[in-house]
Amino acid sequence: MSSATPEATTVRTAIAVSGLRKSYGEHTVLDGIDLTVQQGTVFALLGPNGAGKTTTVQILSTLIDADGGQVTLAGYELNSQPAKVREVIGVTGQYSAVDKLLTGRENLKLMASLYHLSRATAKTRTAELLERFDLTEAADKLVATYSGGMARKLDLAMTLVSDPAIIFLDEPTTGLDPRSRRTMWQIVKELTSGGVTIFLTTQYLEEADQLADQIALLDHGAVIAQGTPQQLKRMIPGGHITLRFADAETLSRAQAVIGRPGRADVAALSLQVPTSGSVPELRGILASLDDHGIDTAELTVHTPDLDDVFLTLTGR
Amino acid sequence: MTTALADSAIMLRRNVKHMLRYPSMTLFMILMPVLFLLLFVYILGGTIGPGGGAGHAGRGAYATFITPGILALTAVAVTTSTAVSVASDMTTGIAARFRAMPIARVAMLAGHVGGAVIQTVLGMVAVTAIALLVGFRATANAADWLAAAAILIMFAFALTWLAVALGLAAKTVESASNAPTPLIILPFLGSGFAATHSMPTAVRWFAEYQPFTPVINTVRGLLTGGPIGHNAAIAIAWCLVITLGSCLWASRRLRRGRG
Repeated sequence: MSSATPEATTVRTAIAVSGLRKSYGEHTVLDGIDLTVQQGTVFALLGPNGAGKTTTVQILSTLIDADGGQVTLAGYELNSQPAKVREVIGVTGQYSAVDKLLTGRENLKLMASLYHLSRATAKTRTAELLERFDLTEAADKLVATYSGGMARKLDLAMTLVSDPAIIFLDEPTTGLDPRSRRTMWQIVKELTSGGVTIFLTTQYLEEADQLADQIALLDHGAVIAQGTPQQLKRMIPGGHITLRFADAETLSRAQAVIGRPGRADVAALSLQVPTSGSVPELRGILASLDDHGIDTAELTVHTPDLDDVFLTLTGR
Repeated sequence: MTTALADSAIMLRRNVKHMLRYPSMTLFMILMPVLFLLLFVYILGGTIGPGGGAGHAGRGAYATFITPGILALTAVAVTTSTAVSVASDMTTGIAARFRAMPIARVAMLAGHVGGAVIQTVLGMVAVTAIALLVGFRATANAADWLAAAAILIMFAFALTWLAVALGLAAKTVESASNAPTPLIILPFLGSGFAATHSMPTAVRWFAEYQPFTPVINTVRGLLTGGPIGHNAAIAIAWCLVITLGSCLWASRRLRRGRG
């Protein structure tokens, strides 16, 4: 996990969001959220589908207008200086935003032209990025022939052409196979070494855990928790246990006996219960199940992770 | 201002590259009007006279009569590829990338508009050449040709902006390619292929007031002699209205678009 410590004595705020609101008709997507991202760090906005993550990125990257709130990016005020903001940001979304009718190299050159880079800079940067993302061989083939993973890498390369101060990654590994996901994580970790600030949205808890210096949990348009991965995990000491039962009836009896809120999965016949993980507590749960004549088919103990945070905070 | 022009030039270069790599769109655009030209001249040309009424003045006369309508049809043919290319950008997400960049907003559409105008000019030149082979005879001097070209390009520009707006409004590339299709019927429901006075009342009323008719009448008057009257002014007015309306619609869609 990256932890960039700025050399300078002052730590600059790259992104400051206060009271951000957005509704579509009756439906409130963002309900007044506050976020602060320090320069040179990775910030993850974590939440399930429909939480408002993509809407947040769309607002911060100037694509849509918010209904209320203040946003500052790299010192520029979003509402009054959108053009300045656009100069310092780069956005990579879930779906590759690449021109399929051009080659990889031409795509990068197009970006360089549109950012008004000098011809020399354009040439070196294009070559560097192709090399870095392992696309040199396919550089002069049409992007329509690229695999999904290659197109995503090209997308990120295109975002980096302008050397942005702030990069938005909207669900960068959704839909990727585990290997490609790990490659992408490696790339993201390398990005921060240059002092770039990364704002990442994801539905994958492991991803936020792996990459982020700071995480905010977004649920139905509100930030329900914020902190470092360690801080969030500390919120629920002990993690949880998973109990599996022989049938649905036993499962519901067990749920009633245990009493404390747990997550039942009827299809898997399992029950997840947050616990401190201490042996006496475990013994107590198993004993009360025993006392009521409930047979437990299987027991697994989970060390704390962000899933537990969600479970504790939202009961889901 | 200069960056808007520079950015537009870059986007135009991109569109031209697309056109060169996928010439099938451009070829179709010329093929469609040419097929109609051949169809009408060779199947119907023998029975319809130079004024678009019944007569046996021959195919050449009919070819001469319908060429302005065929040229209008060429402009319509380009609208499909324009709408498709705009919709493609929106649906692949590259439009979202452009919108988050410090590019002049107009540059994002300038590439498509410029590319469409180039395609239209090329198409009209090709179609005119084929029309000449098939019997079209113009009685125009250089000034008349230039004026006709100007009206046609102005009209193509207006239709292009309409196509851009349709492309932005479309949710998929397929629906974008279907959206301009109703335009194809307009040269026919006008003075393109038959004199409007021969049509039944309701149709004639529509034919005389729809935008294609004054454009076609003006071009016909310029290239083959004959009265123009108010047609030129009405044609130009229609071009302005369509262009402005479509530009406004397009810029609203671009601002609101989530793509």
